[in-house]
Amino acid sequence: MAGLPDPMVPSPLRVQRVRRETYDTFTLELEPANGADGFSFAAGQFNMLYAFGVGEVPISISGDPTKPQTLVHTVRSVGAVTQAICKLKRGDVLGVRGPFGSHWPVEEAAGGDVVIVAGGIGLAPLRPVIYYLLSNREKYGRLALVYGARTLQDLLYNPELEKWRGHFDLAVEVTVDTAAASYRGNVGVVTTLIPRVQFDPLQTAVMVCGPEVMMRFTLRELEARGIGPENIFMSMERNMKCAVGFCGHCQFGPTFICKDGPVFRYDQIQAFFAKREV
Amino acid sequence: MSTETLERVLAEHPFFKHLQRPYLELLAECASRVRFNAGEVIFRESEPANLFYVIRRGKVAVETFAPNRGPIIIQTIGEEGLLGWSWLIPPYRRRFDARAVELTWVIALDGERLREMCEKDHDFGYELMKRVADIMDQRLQATRLQLLDVYDGVRS
Amino acid sequence: MGSSSLDTELAVLERDHLQLLLDILGKRGYRVVGPTVRDRAVVYDDLASVTDLPVGWTDEQDGGIYRLKRRNDGALFGYAVGPDSWKKFLHPPVVRLWRDKTGGNGFQLVEEDEGVPRFAFIGVRPCELHAIAIQDKVLLNGKYRDPSYEARRQGLFVLALNCGHAGGTCFCASMNTGPKATFGFDLALTEVLEADRHYFVVEIGTELGAEILREVPHKAASQAEKATAEGIVAKTAGQMGRRMYTTGIKDLLYRNYESPHWSDVAKLCLTCGNCTMVCPTCFCTTVEDVTDLAGEHAERWRKWDSCFTMDFSYIHGGSVRASPMARYRQWMTHKLATWIDQFGTSGCVGCGRCITWCPVAIDITEEVNAIRRSERGS
Repeated sequence: MAGLPDPMVPSPLRVQRVRRETYDTFTLELEPANGADGFSFAAGQFNMLYAFGVGEVPISISGDPTKPQTLVHTVRSVGAVTQAICKLKRGDVLGVRGPFGSHWPVEEAAGGDVVIVAGGIGLAPLRPVIYYLLSNREKYGRLALVYGARTLQDLLYNPELEKWRGHFDLAVEVTVDTAAASYRGNVGVVTTLIPRVQFDPLQTAVMVCGPEVMMRFTLRELEARGIGPENIFMSMERNMKCAVGFCGHCQFGPTFICKDGPVFRYDQIQAFFAKREV
Repeated sequence: MSTETLERVLAEHPFFKHLQRPYLELLAECASRVRFNAGEVIFRESEPANLFYVIRRGKVAVETFAPNRGPIIIQTIGEEGLLGWSWLIPPYRRRFDARAVELTWVIALDGERLREMCEKDHDFGYELMKRVADIMDQRLQATRLQLLDVYDGVRS
Repeated sequence: MGSSSLDTELAVLERDHLQLLLDILGKRGYRVVGPTVRDRAVVYDDLASVTDLPVGWTDEQDGGIYRLKRRNDGALFGYAVGPDSWKKFLHPPVVRLWRDKTGGNGFQLVEEDEGVPRFAFIGVRPCELHAIAIQDKVLLNGKYRDPSYEARRQGLFVLALNCGHAGGTCFCASMNTGPKATFGFDLALTEVLEADRHYFVVEIGTELGAEILREVPHKAASQAEKATAEGIVAKTAGQMGRRMYTTGIKDLLYRNYESPHWSDVAKLCLTCGNCTMVCPTCFCTTVEDVTDLAGEHAERWRKWDSCFTMDFSYIHGGSVRASPMARYRQWMTHKLATWIDQFGTSGCVGCGRCITWCPVAIDITEEVNAIRRSERGS
């Protein structure tokens, strides 16, 4: 994988475009500042993004893995570093290290159904999967995207959601936790949509990303639908400083989220996932 | 509209799945098909709750009203969902408003008659109660998750 | 290191010739570091001469207790390990990772390129050799190599020391990490004090070790001298202040991840992180991004961190390990169980530092026993 030269030192990438997704979430398109090669990655991997002088955070890549010329990140402004990143304008420079970590099993899932369950900003690490699945549509059975957000104003990638809804061979179910009466879509937590999705429990890969509590509830619904833990994949989050297994922060039981994850097959972490304060 | 076809429709609905035939016959006797247009109110808070609905097609919003926010959707219930259980629990009054979001076909069941049947035949009553309890459990779990407001800046 | 053809040849170096050995290392460009007394403790620092060593000192160690005491002889290495470990040189507490060359928008970052000295470590204990080997696995043997550690680790000269004194909190014998050095050294000494003679039995670990030894007066060890050295190590093995029962320890801790016992420890634990600072294998770090006042030039520094801080597990919204219970459990379970899954080795070498330097005398060996007992009791 053609990443960046040094795993410890951020490389400068220039912001080409900033898209405002919601009131607090922005999508940045980056290109190498020095006109170097593209940025290959696998769906589910992340980069360490460095806001000059402020600090560094792990952020999943949200772009199209088949278009490595542009590096795309969707960032929610929640702390000092993400705030600084979200303030960047076209032409500004952002430090990038990566890509790091494991990826979603898009190739292994070929031949069966794929269900994507995303909560909140958790759709960002899964968007590369959707791109991949749609550009290799013939390899898969039924495809479904189940996406929940807090309110209508929190939904990411609205133009794309509309486009995806238009695909007859991709079932798109979107729900928000609360809405005003004028809203005509689904209201309710994301787990309420799972019983409605069509798939063959024995031939389905489910890919889940969202807040840990949402993922726990989702696992229960999937279990009720007869999906085995070996067919569920989830992306985990922990504090992370180095992304290469040296800093120790992202340990989750015996695993390191940065190098063994962030994408895990559920049965790999099942023993610790149910426990508290791991 | 014959009760026999209604019986088949009920048998196909997940809420009544695998229910014994005599029970389905009983249910069909107090069932009727109803259609609601988009925006039509199905019931309002504090009305007597005589009927309950299994949704065949369409979508229903369960709402409440806050003076400073206007109507708020608590939850939408879609195809194959169940709407209303106040008919089963005293004082048999609606707790929320229900409104069809789009053109919606439902089967309405007479809760008052069903209550009497449940009292007479406890086996039937228990079977029905288990099914309603399952729905209530699902709604409670969903409500708890909703209360956690998990997207409030937990993941970046 | 550790070529078998060299193993069998033991030599003898008189105490008065040890200075020559240090001088030769200095002349060869090594920064010679080793034990010395400061602030009433044995610490590791630069050695100019043999007299900088803690001559005639020993220590008294127990849970939460460390005291230097005078010996009634001139032993150079008559004490157990102190609060320092060699990680302070190989994996320093504070390191600059990079700085920017240009500053401002369009920054160019360059990796830290300041010269790293070639170290000669004097008096490395067997448990510490194991600790270095463990940090090698963490920082050098994965997909990525830590360049800062690698630069310091390369060209390291190790003069090991077989222990002639077991501290009150030592338990290397039960961890199979001492008290005799078996690998990872260029030369290994056993200090022998007799009524009228003070000398070292020297084992050669590498060709480089042999080469250095050839430059100082020495002779082949006699059978009697070899036997004396062996006797010293054997005696030390029998004097361990603590013992760790390691049978099935990984599964024990996995099985008891939610044991109520963790809360008992947590009632004592101050979450001060002392155990992680003194531990020779603890490798966790954090980073600090700094700028000059104008915000035009930036640098990143790496610092030792501890899993006992709240900040360590912070993700937006709060800390994952908010309770002291969870933080103690993370540390001990990592050290004795998850480490084995991660790196194929225990993270504990039985040096006893975490027991000695714990302000409330929490004893890792006792905690393992307590978990075993709680399991039997339930």
